[in-house]
Amino acid sequence: MGRARRYADPVKAKVLIRPKEGILDPQGKAVERALPALGFDGIHDVRVGRLVELEVDDPAKLDSLSEKLLANPLIEDYEIVVDESSSANGGDPA
Amino acid sequence: MIGVIQFPGSCDERDALSAVARVGEGRLVWHEETDLSDLDGVVIPGGFSYGDYLRAGAIARFSPAMEGVARFAAEGGPVLGICNGFQVLCEAGLLPGALLPNEGLRFICRQVALVAEDFGGPFGTQLAQGDRLSIPVKHMSGRYFAPDVELDRLEADGRIAFRYSPGENPNGSVRDVAGIVNEAGNVLGLMPHPEHAVDPLTGSDDGLALFRALARQPAAA
Repeated sequence: MGRARRYADPVKAKVLIRPKEGILDPQGKAVERALPALGFDGIHDVRVGRLVELEVDDPAKLDSLSEKLLANPLIEDYEIVVDESSSANGGDPA
Repeated sequence: MIGVIQFPGSCDERDALSAVARVGEGRLVWHEETDLSDLDGVVIPGGFSYGDYLRAGAIARFSPAMEGVARFAAEGGPVLGICNGFQVLCEAGLLPGALLPNEGLRFICRQVALVAEDFGGPFGTQLAQGDRLSIPVKHMSGRYFAPDVELDRLEADGRIAFRYSPGENPNGSVRDVAGIVNEAGNVLGLMPHPEHAVDPLTGSDDGLALFRALARQPAAA
């Protein structure tokens, strides 16, 4: 109510950002090295990235915003997952 | 007049300003300023601009002052990006490549030996190829990375400015690269901190040469 809307209700989206293939990920290596001491054997190729969750009015913007800010395409890959099924307010009548 | 950009989260701007005072006049440039027309040179100092959120330098790149810096650089003005300043210049696309977390995942703070390469522009003319400089590094994300084709091009064009002395690469940078210049040679980015090496009292004044390049150059006769 009273909220300016240029598009339909915002949708929830996730942008998953990973170190690019072939780029050394020391964080992943450190995690991998710690696992055997905790009894977790047989785990390899650990890579640590980050996940950005957001709500967006116009999902068409996600690609350019990922490319320009959320990820650095020189060193990172990104994957966009849009939850088309639900609007961001989850249909909450409030 | 030499301007030192100050972002929220910068922390070396005062040291940079005091280094600048040894070669000329300086002033701080708040990150919301866009008019840099009174400046002869610009320093983008070290620190943690905008908390280093997302990636070091990723958010600073969108600050109003960086529009001014991009314009200033395009007009040939000398720009020195130190540590976080180097990261900002790479994120802004004014220099190629990126800076990744150190190979050893630790914050490194120590004196390193740098070797100057043969590079041109206002900074390169202050040094000779093979000059050894003793300058401190202090960073968490200083591992320079660029794809091999880009590195080959940088080497062929004489745009590698500094390498860590053999065996002294502290962070896993590709080909020991510590600093590079842009195509025109007027924009230099490096991870070591020349502003902390301007007085023999603290171990070295090898950093001063880079600040000299920022002062107004004598008009050609």
